[in-house]
Amino acid sequence: MKNVSLTMPVIWYRCPFLIYSSGHYRRLKILHTYIFSLISCRRTDVLLVSPWLAPIVWEGTFNRDILNAQYRQKNFVVGVATFAVKKYVRFIEGFLGSANKFFLSGHRVNFYLFTDHPEKVPSINLAPEKRLFIIPVQNYSRWQDISMNRMDIISNHIHSHWRYEVDYLYSMDIDVQMFEHIGVEIIDTLVGTISSWQYTKPRDSNSYERHPESRAAIPHGEGDFYYAASFYGGSVSEVYKLTTACFKGVTEDRANGIEAKWHEESHLNKYLLYHKPTRLLSPEYYWDEELIRPRIIRVKRLSSVRKDLQEVRF
Amino acid sequence: MFICDLNQDLNSSHQRYSKAKTLSSGLWKSFLNLKSFLFSYFSFRMIYTKPQILKRSDVLMMTPWFAPIVWEGTYNSEILNEQFRQRNVTVGLTVFAIKKYVVFLKTFLETAETYFMVGHRVNYYIFTDRPEEVPKVALKEGRNVVVLQVQNYPRWQEISMRRMEMLSYFSQQRFINEVSYLVCVDVDMKFNDQVGVEILSDLFGTLHPGFYTAERRSFTYEHRPASQAYVPSDEGDFYYAGGFFGGTVTEVYKLTKKCHEAIMVDKANGIEAIWQEESHLNKYFLYHKPTKILSPEYLWDDNLGRPEILKKRRFLAVPKNHAAIRNK
Repeated sequence: MKNVSLTMPVIWYRCPFLIYSSGHYRRLKILHTYIFSLISCRRTDVLLVSPWLAPIVWEGTFNRDILNAQYRQKNFVVGVATFAVKKYVRFIEGFLGSANKFFLSGHRVNFYLFTDHPEKVPSINLAPEKRLFIIPVQNYSRWQDISMNRMDIISNHIHSHWRYEVDYLYSMDIDVQMFEHIGVEIIDTLVGTISSWQYTKPRDSNSYERHPESRAAIPHGEGDFYYAASFYGGSVSEVYKLTTACFKGVTEDRANGIEAKWHEESHLNKYLLYHKPTRLLSPEYYWDEELIRPRIIRVKRLSSVRKDLQEVRF
Repeated sequence: MFICDLNQDLNSSHQRYSKAKTLSSGLWKSFLNLKSFLFSYFSFRMIYTKPQILKRSDVLMMTPWFAPIVWEGTYNSEILNEQFRQRNVTVGLTVFAIKKYVVFLKTFLETAETYFMVGHRVNYYIFTDRPEEVPKVALKEGRNVVVLQVQNYPRWQEISMRRMEMLSYFSQQRFINEVSYLVCVDVDMKFNDQVGVEILSDLFGTLHPGFYTAERRSFTYEHRPASQAYVPSDEGDFYYAGGFFGGTVTEVYKLTKKCHEAIMVDKANGIEAIWQEESHLNKYFLYHKPTKILSPEYLWDDNLGRPEILKKRRFLAVPKNHAAIRNK
């Protein structure tokens, strides 16, 4: 058997040209040689697959051309739910402008924008396959309540009509901008994003809710990853189950006078511990702008917008 | 969790976020809450070690279309077993013992009892032209043997290719109602180590042990354009083995039906693909990419040696005398 050293360079050439030819099988022909050796790894610096064999999406691990070809055959529609309440309306333009350019470019997307100031939504020229739905919503005095109630609103809307309109649904924070393409590599049954704050932490340092009185409590000694509530999603039925379960936890906590440490994010983490995601997005997919980007984060696709938290929340 | 050279103290900025509300419940309230937490609607608790930094950096763990490649050390059996047990999955294992190949059944079934999908429900579907020669093997609970009588053919190549027809027919007629997943393997093999639910996916194939280090140009795809199994020389991801593939019943049905139809078209045109149904399987997997790929641990021949990257040899070829056993 040939011995191959670990330092063998990764050799694969990805060519942007595609020719779809007709014939018995619909073909994806890549012009240049598409070589990749089985015995060399593209990324050896990060975990590519979770212990339950869910792929973790990092730059350099996937070929979007192949994924697009697979996806296009199925003719799916993706929904994005986002909330711009009170002062957060100022982020709408940046979000929609960058999402129009970089989010699932070329694929059908419905943006569901919930806001208490529908008149303040700027008019944006969206790409033909993208649609914007502006939905009025009430605001709450506490920003934590606005944040947590998103789960309830999403679950109600899925139940009432989104399940007929879209196949996949993602919840995203509004105070973000996209800088690189986010494509069909995010599409899967249940998808969570690994938090940019927490991905190097050992299990017990993770910011899980630990007080057993809360519904979001995760005991010490348990936990896989820490997921960010800023970007999660999946199939409509899975997101419905997730948001319903999380909001139930929030409601029960409220009845007992408790609020989880990181609000609905704590509940999300509990849910995803016991209902493991089928795909994980690396911190490239939600990068907090306050952090310096290390080498392993090769691409910053989606990043929070710099803001004064004191000013914008209160 | 990940190898990282980040030196920044990530904790400091947490102070900028507001503090969580403190607990205010009385003692009795917290006791009640603890009890209801224990009986919460979240399904199960599992204790296992935290996901580690990459354990295998010597092999490719995932394809560019996000199909994991299953090697030892890349998965946690406990988590996967629990997920599949909750779904109460039944797995069908299909095997063809035609003519003299019935002689392999005893070892096959006995080793399957020890190593295949242990703890889960299994139906062994044995396709044979000699049902009376199927050995009686002691089975664990939740496992059944179903003998399906089928015709034989004079040539071994024909027998091999007709498996596609029989699988597609029975998938539609029977398997769809009885099992969630189908695993289709050769019979002249024995299990040597755990083959469990880590293999299950919508559609999976296995890397052929003779080609996993080979360049594309060495793959023995069918290169004659006259055949339906034709793969152009500048295409191809991997060379998959015909002796171990599977998936959900629907996906296996689609695969076997497509391959059978292609074989029949070839027959009408007087051509037979170079590696029979394996060639057709490879064409199918090129244009309908598997959602999971099994490493050569899952189909190995000891004649190929014991390379270091192979940490386990789970499913091994049984030595046989080809001349004596084929066409008899």
